[in-house]
Amino acid sequence: MLTCRQFLDELSDYLDEKTDPDLRSKLEQHISDCPNCWVICDTTKKTIRIYKGMDPYPIPADMHARLMTALEHKMAKKG
Amino acid sequence: MSAMSSPIEIDDEAAIVARARLGDAKAFSELLRRYEGKIFRLALHITQNREDAEDVLQEAFLKAYEHLDQFQGQSKFYTWIVRIAVNQALMKLRKRKSDRSVSLDETIDTGEDTVAREIAAWDENPEQRYSREELNQILSSAVDDLAPIYRAVFVLRDVDELSTEETAEALNLSVPAVKSRLLRARLQLRDKLTRQFKRKGEDAFAYM
Repeated sequence: MLTCRQFLDELSDYLDEKTDPDLRSKLEQHISDCPNCWVICDTTKKTIRIYKGMDPYPIPADMHARLMTALEHKMAKKG
Repeated sequence: MSAMSSPIEIDDEAAIVARARLGDAKAFSELLRRYEGKIFRLALHITQNREDAEDVLQEAFLKAYEHLDQFQGQSKFYTWIVRIAVNQALMKLRKRKSDRSVSLDETIDTGEDTVAREIAAWDENPEQRYSREELNQILSSAVDDLAPIYRAVFVLRDVDELSTEETAEALNLSVPAVKSRLLRARLQLRDKLTRQFKRKGEDAFAYM
């Protein structure tokens, strides 16, 4: 039987599906017995999901323009 | 080019990089357009200062342009430019805090920080309670509350969706170091977001 601490140490690999089958079944046994770890697992999964693929805002037009100017300057120098 | 065109399918990006290496300015501008937003966001999370982040953005792309011939093409262009940007960002931090060195490779305290403090179920779809702008604000300020050594790992791995190996390469960390930072970052963010998104009242413990 895993302790909660041991469960948490493996949580990331478990959610990324990187644990071997033997460990995986021990982890699954633990969450079916431990409501606190079940909820931590569930909300960590939701945390990862909510961030995943979040597109950055486009950078402001003036910042893009400054970047392009600096680059053109550099290109002119490099020839 | 002909030696490279033997595979049936040429990755679109590899072709753009190849053109940029031959001096095609439009091709390099295309790479810049693809990644400027991500590089700026990453720089902002590391430096936590808009002016510094803009400097990092410029320096990273100028250096990438200058050293494009050193890019081997074995890794993704994004991984390569992230590595340049992270180095620039760390240099900024060191300059700002000139009395102590800043590194992503500090040893981490493995004690308290994996202990979950907030344990409660979330609302079914917490995202829907907020506008996109509000949600973005909540999510990025939660990341900014993390220690600097966790922020870059989390953003690259879970927001930009690089693999563990690519993240390790971009940040010049070992794979186990990326993994342990990622675990702590995820657990700390879960803790912070639970405070925002938990069900109210009795319902928060309905899973018991």
